[in-house]
Amino acid sequence: MSQSSHGIGGLSYDAKKRPWPAEFNVFLALVILVAAFELIGRVFLGDSFLFNTRENVSGLFNEQRLQIIILQVSIVGIIAIGVTQVIICGGIDLSSGSIVGATAMIAMSFAQVATVNGNPNPKAMFIDYGLTDLPVIVPLLVAIGCGLIAGLINGALIAYTRIPPFIATLGMMVTARGVAKWWSKGQPISFPTDSFAAIGKGLMPVVIFISLAILFQLILTYTKYGKHCYAIGSNEDAARMSGIKIANHKVLVYAIAGILAALAAVVLSSKNLTAQAGMGVMYELDAIAMAVIGGVSLSGGRGSIIGTVIGSLIFGVIISGFTFLRLDAYYQEMVKGVIIVGAVVLDQWRQRRRAIGA
Amino acid sequence: MSDIVLKTENLTKHYGGVHALQEANFELRKGEHVAIMGDNGAGKSTFVRQITGVEQRTEGKVWFDGKEVNFSGPIEAREAGIETVFQNLALADDLDVPSNLFLGREKVLFNLGPFSILDRKAMRKATEAALIRTAVKIPNLSSTIRHMSGGQRQCVAIARTATFASKLIIMDEPTAALGVQETAQVENIIRTLKENGEPLILVSHNMRQVFDLVDRIVVFRRGKIVANLRKQDTDGNDIVAYITGAKTGQAELQAA
Repeated sequence: MSQSSHGIGGLSYDAKKRPWPAEFNVFLALVILVAAFELIGRVFLGDSFLFNTRENVSGLFNEQRLQIIILQVSIVGIIAIGVTQVIICGGIDLSSGSIVGATAMIAMSFAQVATVNGNPNPKAMFIDYGLTDLPVIVPLLVAIGCGLIAGLINGALIAYTRIPPFIATLGMMVTARGVAKWWSKGQPISFPTDSFAAIGKGLMPVVIFISLAILFQLILTYTKYGKHCYAIGSNEDAARMSGIKIANHKVLVYAIAGILAALAAVVLSSKNLTAQAGMGVMYELDAIAMAVIGGVSLSGGRGSIIGTVIGSLIFGVIISGFTFLRLDAYYQEMVKGVIIVGAVVLDQWRQRRRAIGA
Repeated sequence: MSDIVLKTENLTKHYGGVHALQEANFELRKGEHVAIMGDNGAGKSTFVRQITGVEQRTEGKVWFDGKEVNFSGPIEAREAGIETVFQNLALADDLDVPSNLFLGREKVLFNLGPFSILDRKAMRKATEAALIRTAVKIPNLSSTIRHMSGGQRQCVAIARTATFASKLIIMDEPTAALGVQETAQVENIIRTLKENGEPLILVSHNMRQVFDLVDRIVVFRRGKIVANLRKQDTDGNDIVAYITGAKTGQAELQAA
């Protein structure tokens, strides 16, 4: 055996023996899930889940289905990136869905055109002030501002008044939803400019989701910010004793989560070409579910963006698979609940086993 | 007296009506290892907490490294050069060894504020060097603290203090929860620190350990220092007598 053996201070260990990455298990679950749908489809429906079975379409895989899977998870996936770093840092964010609603309304009202088919835009909120046909950067900055403010309030409440994150973000969840309804008195806001509409066109949501996922995977792995997220989630007292400014860090974590929710709002309202006060309802739970399924521990300190991305794919495959099996949409929601609780139970079980093993 | 690292004068701490620490006069010289002994509630931990800034003293003065100091918190004390291994370890379970060693004082490649890029290679190298210097044995640098035994965790905590402590290390019962072998490992590290000339205050209940490791023994009883003895001038029975109060020690203190 030509294994390289290293030792620190005399004790040797096998350098090749690395801990099994947790993301691998999640990926395995995804593969098994796809295989299960494939098998059930072949046996009961005589159709394939993953592969292309139609004569008139070329290609090995059922590209349409794969696109739908990734498209429908990419917007909530953007939120899940922010939620992942919050959970790793030992917190929770229940407000992201409502932030999506409020931000979509406010940002969209700065992204409207002046005329529709030659007539003045009936839905334009600020047409009297001449605030129409604005460059796309304006609604984008407005959105980021909204997300930032909501996130800063969340973070400041949690860091300085020391109320549990659950309560602070629950308050924001209710308040932000109220803002979303108040902004246009419940009316939908429509007719965005072409440049705003381009943000969510086609596969753009997927591109944005993947880019942000890569960015935050790098941030969590290679920067001080990321290291401190894990440290605080792992042992807040230890982090404090080590001189980490816990309060500042938490404010930053929630502010970033708010901004990511706002970006999801931009993509969503751009994709739908309209903003409605009810947008993003329950997205926060879907985002948390994606993170938890992806191996992010609700007790903090463990998880990764890669895991969350795979978790979001599992989420998408389940929803798409249920449609494929022609099961009722009601079952989807029931099963979603079971999966969330199941993922947490699995996490608890893993922790207990580790504790005994150590 | 430039070789005095730490000196306290009339250090006193009251918790309401409880006089946990009364007029403690203490000195530690360069390279010296001193044990603090005493029964539970005798004032050992209270004494340590006043020095490390975890609590604020009621009365008295503290000099550290030639200057009179008044630490407002443990971080300030750490920045001044006092490193403490606390009973509750203060490690982040989900981080690996280099991350824990450098927690809160990471080496960075590019300074981008909170998003500074970490210099992981340099931290890893420095960790290896620190572990070799302190003779700490860790099977794998990249495994997380969660996967380590109590002894290994304690070793990491001690290696961390030893890496950064420029001037003084304080250990509060570092082997209280450890097995025989693990205790031996920690004691070896303390010996290494002695060879390197690093001053140390060791709070311990373990008589054998104290006589093996330190130069001087200070006994606390009911919030007061009742004995301050060089190791060669005393023995286990003598120390026990001071701890239990069979000997009051006022005369000896005057003599010393």
